[in-house]
Amino acid sequence: MINTGLAAIFLWAGLEQGLGKLLDHGLSLLPPAWRTWATIVVLVGVMLGVFASLFALSTLLERKGLGRMQNRLGPNRVGPYGLLQPVADGIKMLTKEDIVPRGADGVVHFLAPLVLFAPLTLSFAVLPYGRHWVPLNLDAGLLFFFAAGSASELAAFMAGWSSRNKYSMLGGMRAIAQMISFEMPLVVASLSVVMISGTMSLAAIVERQEAWLWIFPKWNVFTPWGLAGFGLFIVAAMAETNRSPFDLPEGESEIIGGFMTEYSGFKYAVFFMGEYFGMFAVSGLAVTLFLGGWNAPLSFLPASFLWFFAKLMALVLVFIWVRGTLPRVRVDQLMNLAWKYLFPMTLLNLFVAALWHYTAVWRAPGGLALRWVLCFAAIAVPCAVLARAMMRSHKWAPRVYRFGD
Amino acid sequence: MADIGMESAVGISAAGDGAGPGYRLLAKESPEEEGRFLEISMGPQHPSTHGVFRMDVLLDGETVVRLKPVFGYLHRNHEKIAEGTTYLGSMPYTDRLDYFNSMTNNWAYALAVEKLAGISVPERAEYIRVITAEMTRLQNHATLMGFLLQDLGAMGTPLMYAFREREKILDLFEAVSGSRMMCNYMRFGGCRVDLPSGWLEETVRLVDEFPGFLDEFEALLAENEILMARLQGVGVLSAALAVNAGVTGPMLRASGVNYDIRKVDHYGIYDRFKFRVPLGAHGDCYDRLMLRLLEMRESIKILKQALKQIPSGPVIDPKVKIRNFKPKPGEAYGRIEGPKWELGFYLMSDGSASPYRYRVRPPSLINLTVLEDLCIGQKVADVVVILGSVDIVLGEVDR
Amino acid sequence: MFGKGIIKGFIETARNFAGSYHDPARMVTLQYPEEKRALPENSRNFPFLVFDGNDPIKGLRCVSCKICEKECPPQCIYIVNERDERGKPLKHPKIFDIDISVCMSCQICVEVCPFDSIKMDQAYELSATERFKKLILHKQDLAKSNDYYHRIHPTEADAVDAILEAERKQHEAKKSAASSETPPAKQ
Repeated sequence: MINTGLAAIFLWAGLEQGLGKLLDHGLSLLPPAWRTWATIVVLVGVMLGVFASLFALSTLLERKGLGRMQNRLGPNRVGPYGLLQPVADGIKMLTKEDIVPRGADGVVHFLAPLVLFAPLTLSFAVLPYGRHWVPLNLDAGLLFFFAAGSASELAAFMAGWSSRNKYSMLGGMRAIAQMISFEMPLVVASLSVVMISGTMSLAAIVERQEAWLWIFPKWNVFTPWGLAGFGLFIVAAMAETNRSPFDLPEGESEIIGGFMTEYSGFKYAVFFMGEYFGMFAVSGLAVTLFLGGWNAPLSFLPASFLWFFAKLMALVLVFIWVRGTLPRVRVDQLMNLAWKYLFPMTLLNLFVAALWHYTAVWRAPGGLALRWVLCFAAIAVPCAVLARAMMRSHKWAPRVYRFGD
Repeated sequence: MADIGMESAVGISAAGDGAGPGYRLLAKESPEEEGRFLEISMGPQHPSTHGVFRMDVLLDGETVVRLKPVFGYLHRNHEKIAEGTTYLGSMPYTDRLDYFNSMTNNWAYALAVEKLAGISVPERAEYIRVITAEMTRLQNHATLMGFLLQDLGAMGTPLMYAFREREKILDLFEAVSGSRMMCNYMRFGGCRVDLPSGWLEETVRLVDEFPGFLDEFEALLAENEILMARLQGVGVLSAALAVNAGVTGPMLRASGVNYDIRKVDHYGIYDRFKFRVPLGAHGDCYDRLMLRLLEMRESIKILKQALKQIPSGPVIDPKVKIRNFKPKPGEAYGRIEGPKWELGFYLMSDGSASPYRYRVRPPSLINLTVLEDLCIGQKVADVVVILGSVDIVLGEVDR
Repeated sequence: MFGKGIIKGFIETARNFAGSYHDPARMVTLQYPEEKRALPENSRNFPFLVFDGNDPIKGLRCVSCKICEKECPPQCIYIVNERDERGKPLKHPKIFDIDISVCMSCQICVEVCPFDSIKMDQAYELSATERFKKLILHKQDLAKSNDYYHRIHPTEADAVDAILEAERKQHEAKKSAASSETPPAKQ
């Protein structure tokens, strides 16, 4: 079975190269004036198609994954293993009545889902999917990504404000506070990668992770600062995209739908899709910055965009696992977490990254182990101290109970 | 997916005390307050209010300033209907009071009537009553913990585990009484029918497997940092307030007061079993939740002892009449330590086939009277958590 | 260690996820209507009338005493007695209706019936599209045979048969004793 797997991977890599060459050849047949526009149209179409089908797949995976964790089957009636369930959901969303509250601000109410959706698709353009497969190869790709992603944060507040509903407003207020607070740890965590790689271009960052230690990869996540940075990035990413345990803006059991309460039908579907696209975008960025992008996990396997998507889906599965396990945090605890805990740790991570970089000259045997211990302690000890201080200041601790009689 | 009923914020009271659209139910004390505070109706349709229950909450940002519970949406005239039905005819209606715990509701009512008419109960029936009551307590506490965690946002995973265990208990109830939830099993002078063959072995197997589920649940709950942060220090109930307000049961014991009716009244045959009563020290939501887990362990102890000691014999006193049951004139109050605290029935008889006055002491309602005191100063998200830890069932609050 | 509780939670969900593929205790879904749960013997839903033998009219055990109508708490039973041409009541119901949208399955009618003629059925797939025609069960819908009763509640049916047999024997013994005590021939 392993042999057939390897053969399939090599065959696929060959096909991928062939596909790239075919595309180039096809585009060169067109007159030069049309070439740019044709490239853009093809790229946009392919990207939207790929991510829309990934969205459909991950809604299904989420429902089945959550179901299995809860000792029940997920949807399995529509199509084999429920594979046509997203199609049924799509038809349902399209045919629902579009209700707009009477006193709502019509223009803002209409624009909010679009404001969520469009900037996130922009941010897909800079992610490197394969070796020469970057739709938009910018020198400051990371900056562009964060700029586009932040533009979509306004949507939650627009939705909350325009619905003229107290629950929506509460949800909107929480959303804007949460998203702005968690931008800081997100950006500073990725700053450590920029510092070490020396460039903000995402394609270059992936190429710099194309190094091997014997047959094992030398991705950024396999360094102490990369590991810590990856963890911090993922926590901040969960908060940015309103995923459990940070889904207060749409806290289903407290404020019903949060900022999404007054949306129905296709607008709700666009919000939902926007949330998932946000998840794909930050997962894609995490894969690019820390997990080696399109690099294969073993040195003798060819690089391919399939590795990128495989790692992306693995991260999405982690998101789903976390959603099924953890309860929600409260809004003031969320703010505490962002400002008093995550942000200082990301700043400290910058120093640890510098420490790792400057001790790279220790080439004596055992030097690597020493570097690891030093850098890991430099970040783990403050983390533990801070955590204990936080728990103790609020007097949170497991308790022992006494019995009467 | 959050496509649940849309809640408009300008709430018109459905309980009938509205004076037209825009009627404000929480009077503000000054015009300045009018602009500062946000009034929300966590209305009868809400995913977390455990039934048709409404709370009018006055918020300053996210902090609760005032709270007023509004109920009556499920009022079904239970007490008045009982004055027109026979004593036995009210028994199926008591199932539907606290619809999670029908066996203990039945027992409390049967206890009250047995006190009124001076009926004694055979041994085997007493043991069956204890066994079914403790099983009811197990499934009630498991359900409550599951629902509380669902309200906290754990997306239903602990709820599904709790319901998985609850199904096993309900299957046993169906095997003995015929119905999973509306059991109608206790009669005046014992139980309706004897246990079917194989039931005791099934129950022994369930009791042996249950601690495994409790350990799993504790692993999910007890040391989870997010839960500790959400529940500790939230909704603190002082012992003095609890005693003054008439709060009973796990809420009272979480505040440190040692009062369990099974130990105080010695009703049934509870003094034959060795079990302890867990007490909390802080009186917050975390204590209330963990107490219920500990009480489940104590219930398992009682079940093990009862299942070993159960004798054979008749399950009902044959002298008690089913039709034309007319107890002597008098009054009686029968109470038990139900899973949701002290459930009492007050009966007054005038010698006829229907009671002259029939009153239910609804524990959920009485525990709800302290809700405002618990919630003031907490955040909106905590209101839902506190309500979940008070553990109300609307069938009992409204009767 | 900070985060220990959270990690324990993750292990728990992962265990349930993996267990749901091979452990039946961790996958408790019953895919209705392809799979149906076997009901325990005592399970009850709505009442039915028992008839002995093959004829649902003549074998009906109900003698229209109306005790169940009186004792029913939500008053969902409606009985009209059968009378012959001269107006004398026959021991047979002309109309016996149960409104199952009102019935709460409390089983009190079964307990008070002196003739073991009304018992609880187990059928639960009784949905109807219209409330008043289909949800009021009439005598012909309610009458089911003693064999059916044996199939759904075997232990109970055996006990009831034993009691009825004993009563019949007692009744016959009394009758034969009475007939053997016929007044002596007039002297």
